[in-house]
Amino acid sequence: MNKISLIIQREYLTRVKKKSFIVMTILGPVLMAALFIVPVYLAQMGGEVKTIQVVDETGMFSHRFENTKELIFKPLDLDIEQAKAIFPNSGDDALLYIPITELSVPSSAFLYFDKQPTMIIKSHINSSMRREVESLKLAASGIDPDIMRSIKSSVNLVTIKLHEGGKEEKKFSEVATILGFVSAILIYMFVFMFGSQVMRGVIEEKTSRIVEVIVSSVKPFQLMMGKIVGIGLVGLTQFLLWVVLTLMIVVGFQTAFPEKFRASETENKMISNTRITDANQSIEETLQIDESVMAQVAEGIRSINFSAIIFSFLFYFLGGYLLYAALFAAIGGAVDNETDSQQFMLPITIPLIIALVMAQYVINEPNGPISFWLSIIPLTSPVIMMIRIPFGVPYFDLGLSVVLLILGFLGTTWLAAKIYRTGILMYGKKVDYAELWKWLRYKG
Amino acid sequence: MELFIAQNIKKQYANHLALNKVSISVNKQRIFGLLGPNGAGKTTLIRIINQITAPDDGKLFFAGERLIPKHTAEIGYLPEERGLYKKMKVGEQALYLAQLKGLSRHEALIRLKKWFERMDIQAWWDKKVEELSKGMQQKVQFIITVIHEPQLLIFDEPFSGFDPINVNILKEEILQLRDKGATIIFSTHNMSSVEELCDDIALIDKAEKILDGGVKDIKQQYKDNIYEVLCNSMNDEINDVLKPGYRMIEKAEEGSLTRLKIKVPPHTHSNELLQNLIQYVEIHEYRELLPSMNDIFIRKVNEASGNESMNQIANNL
Repeated sequence: MNKISLIIQREYLTRVKKKSFIVMTILGPVLMAALFIVPVYLAQMGGEVKTIQVVDETGMFSHRFENTKELIFKPLDLDIEQAKAIFPNSGDDALLYIPITELSVPSSAFLYFDKQPTMIIKSHINSSMRREVESLKLAASGIDPDIMRSIKSSVNLVTIKLHEGGKEEKKFSEVATILGFVSAILIYMFVFMFGSQVMRGVIEEKTSRIVEVIVSSVKPFQLMMGKIVGIGLVGLTQFLLWVVLTLMIVVGFQTAFPEKFRASETENKMISNTRITDANQSIEETLQIDESVMAQVAEGIRSINFSAIIFSFLFYFLGGYLLYAALFAAIGGAVDNETDSQQFMLPITIPLIIALVMAQYVINEPNGPISFWLSIIPLTSPVIMMIRIPFGVPYFDLGLSVVLLILGFLGTTWLAAKIYRTGILMYGKKVDYAELWKWLRYKG
Repeated sequence: MELFIAQNIKKQYANHLALNKVSISVNKQRIFGLLGPNGAGKTTLIRIINQITAPDDGKLFFAGERLIPKHTAEIGYLPEERGLYKKMKVGEQALYLAQLKGLSRHEALIRLKKWFERMDIQAWWDKKVEELSKGMQQKVQFIITVIHEPQLLIFDEPFSGFDPINVNILKEEILQLRDKGATIIFSTHNMSSVEELCDDIALIDKAEKILDGGVKDIKQQYKDNIYEVLCNSMNDEINDVLKPGYRMIEKAEEGSLTRLKIKVPPHTHSNELLQNLIQYVEIHEYRELLPSMNDIFIRKVNEASGNESMNQIANNL
């Protein structure tokens, strides 16, 4: 046991001390934090004030455009030809022309510009005009806009899971989807990144010919497990550092520049997309988004059993890694260099990719038969079960999946150990599947 | 007294028999040569002794006990395929490997410092292995093999890849280790190194042991009863003056002297030939020619497998 811990220590320390590890550990959170911060920042950058000239022949709209922080509307008392002539030298950003039409209520307008106007400008003009046109039409048909407003309503479908004994539980599939998908992707990435590190580590020991010296002191199985556990710990360390550093950067940025995060009207939608999880703040800041939706998201987040998710995430995270890392180690043992590993990589890459491809389907139907099977087969369960869990999984499925994953891990480790201990002492031999099959039958 | 015994070791790989009922016994504080052409099964036997692979059949004893994993701490192994972690620092690496052999970190550090000083490579402690010359790496490997002061040392083709200077250093160290009490197994197909170093040998060919025993005994057993004589030249034909049954097989002039090789019947006392010659010539040198291990090796392998594999062995040598 003492020897395994020595091996784990070496595997861990040599990797953690590497420059590439330190660079990745710092770069990862910076990139992830950028994902949160840059959209906000960019929205601010675009926030210079735009002036829009308005030539309104109908006279119905010009006073309806509300100025915002970024948009100033300037009604002109010119006809359109004159306005067009002056516009290029005016220094303003766009010229809105609403022509008079045969219809009592005009419904089209032209926007002349020098530089392409942003979506925000277009949609602001569009919605201002639509609101006005709508109320004009309502008035024309004799309906009081106030009545209309009270009729207009959004339907809010609350999904509730009915447990035996009448206990009710609200479910929010949007939040569950995001949570499940993010965990699945993380597990997929982790398995690949650190699984292939195990493989490279084994190949390194083989090509440098140190492996026989080591296996004269420890059992090949100890060496393999030491490597797998050591690299797994490196992965966990990196993952935890990423989470902590990302949070630190995002929180630090928010505290340092709070005004950047106090969203203005036009930016609201954009920001609330990126901060859907940040429910409390969003509610305060969001004016346009229906409060009940936000409340639902908040409730959705509260309804999710986070400790259960974190626990199962860690379980599938490690279980999936251990299962695949053993296979990666076996491949490393069987080949002489990384290029030879391709033919053996395929069969272990395919289940993972299938799992990822099927993720969309599983999200749509988390309790369908395909979802069930994929989430209990150990090769795909680490990815698929994480998608299912936020939707609520029957205890039977979960238990079966957990037991099978543990069995699967023990199975691949047993298999891998047999290939590994023969392979590490074979040099310069082209290995195929028939050869591997022979190795499996050798006695210790 | 035997330190290590292997009885009837059998090892089968898929459709290739690597060892067929091979038995060896290695005496304490002796250098034991495990000889044989490439592919004979030497490395397989060594891996079994190191418990890297398990035999299909047979028993192994170390210092009177059945061989079990704890004995790895009593065995030092320098494999034929040897190397070090390229990116790891020399000292750190030596420390790691010494600890894997069961030394405490503290003890390992003290011993390593001593060995590095002795081999004059202290300056390399903080260098990465990839910065070292091949010779330096070999020194480090040797130190790692012996650092835990094992009772049994196993060297598989130890001189392959070593430059001549390091070969001499290595030989010196091996002899010193034996004199201090270590027992050494030495696997090689390079016969010349065997004669100077080995006390006992076992010859393995095609998975079977075909010869074993003390080097001196084997040489006596396989000697051709040939004597070499350096004497003044004489006019008479030498064969005419020799006793019946004695026969000159080679004659070479060396200045005013003549070097003769004379074959006598088995069990002839060496003094009998001497007495015979003294009557006719003045003798400057006189000695019995014993076969080299190389000759015996080739003869035995040839006997065992017929002429067909002869060429192959010649190639391997």
